[in-house]
Amino acid sequence: MARTVWDSSVGKKTVMAVSGLIMLLYLVAHMIGNLKIFFGPGEFNHYAHWLRTVGEPFMHYEWTLWLIRVVLVVAVVAHAVSAYQLSRRGIKARPGKYVHKKARTSYATRTMRWGGIILGLFIVWHILDLTTGTVHSGGFQEGRPYQNVVDTFSTWYGNVIYIVAMLAVGLHVRHGFWSAAQTLGAGSRTRDRALKIVADVLALLLTAGFIAVPVGVMTKVVS
Amino acid sequence: MKLTLRVWRQQNADADGAMSTYEVDGISSDMSFLEMLDTLNEELILKGEDPVAFDHDCREGICGACSLVINGDAHGPERTTTCQLHMRSFQDGDTIDVEPWRASAFPVIKDLVVDRTAFDRIIQAGGYITAPTGAAPEAHATAVPKPDADFAFEHAECIGCGACVAACPNGAAMLFTSAKVNHLNVLPQGAPERETRVLDMVAQMDEEGFGGCTLAGECATACPKGIPLVSITAMNKEWLRATRKVAKR
Repeated sequence: MARTVWDSSVGKKTVMAVSGLIMLLYLVAHMIGNLKIFFGPGEFNHYAHWLRTVGEPFMHYEWTLWLIRVVLVVAVVAHAVSAYQLSRRGIKARPGKYVHKKARTSYATRTMRWGGIILGLFIVWHILDLTTGTVHSGGFQEGRPYQNVVDTFSTWYGNVIYIVAMLAVGLHVRHGFWSAAQTLGAGSRTRDRALKIVADVLALLLTAGFIAVPVGVMTKVVS
Repeated sequence: MKLTLRVWRQQNADADGAMSTYEVDGISSDMSFLEMLDTLNEELILKGEDPVAFDHDCREGICGACSLVINGDAHGPERTTTCQLHMRSFQDGDTIDVEPWRASAFPVIKDLVVDRTAFDRIIQAGGYITAPTGAAPEAHATAVPKPDADFAFEHAECIGCGACVAACPNGAAMLFTSAKVNHLNVLPQGAPERETRVLDMVAQMDEEGFGGCTLAGECATACPKGIPLVSITAMNKEWLRATRKVAKR
């Protein structure tokens, strides 16, 4: 069965849909978690520490966090590899361009591939910046995420990279969520409008929720 | 009407093609697009030039033979086949670009004629039913619910012209394949091959070198028969169901 799925273009799309939905679920949780920054360093740092102790005493310190990380890495890799292979297939299937070109499909649909690449690069920077602290500006402090977030968004490039990436997330989710529903066979004529509205609302909430943090730092609401 | 045509000319599958410019005069707005091309070809023949090769057959919009990308749209600006597109959709003095379907699974044979036998092989992979031959069975022997009959008929309308592939940014044949799969899979007559049909037809579609679906929706916009985009969703559902069922066997 796994062979059938991976060898088929429809199957690879299924892999993309499932891995995409896993990442989307994570994004919603991540965005809600981020908003705790507006309640001060105490609550935000406490929340960050709690992420490491979830599931105790059944789970050891940081086990749940690592479990989530492993699932996410698998999802990102599966999503990216399928996207790469399907893109290659699509480009090969349409080698010649039409002489008479037309602006086709929605902006969100057209930017799925480049948007995905931008998001991939963003994730690398984001982890090096706020998880490992490798490229962090102004001295990364382990266990003090509130201060680290304020540091990142006190630089102009930190804000630019983050806001651009969050707009890309919105566009990606807008087409991606609806597409995943079609790929998994959950769409229908009667449900189409509802699915599109859910996709738009998700995209808007995620983008607004995430961007609220750098805007908060810039306007000194968070400092 | 006086028109400037820019037509894709390509000697054969291996030759490089290019757009050639022609002027045509005395075109009536009541002519079909193909009749306008006939006029051009008559002039070319009189001048001793090679006429433009293009596919056509019934000229009634039901056979699926005509296949032109006109000003970047498969079958032109109206939602119909090229043969049913009339010159009243254009203005006097217009410049019109005419190109063949472009997809690697549809190689150009000459000028505007492409090889669409890839579609035939997708049909051969499962687009049929194994009904016993002989006299037609009594019509009421097999009951088909009205919504299912309507669904099947909507998809049976596909004429296999390939406009969906031509319009798709990925050169995908998902709309065509889904129309054929859905048409038979919903009916009791198609039930014995319900799983193998969708699996084999999708596998053949991939084998032919068509691209994957990104749900851009261009196919359904171009389809002269109005096969809806949700047709692809329905096929995806059938494919997932079949994959699970076959794995259990």
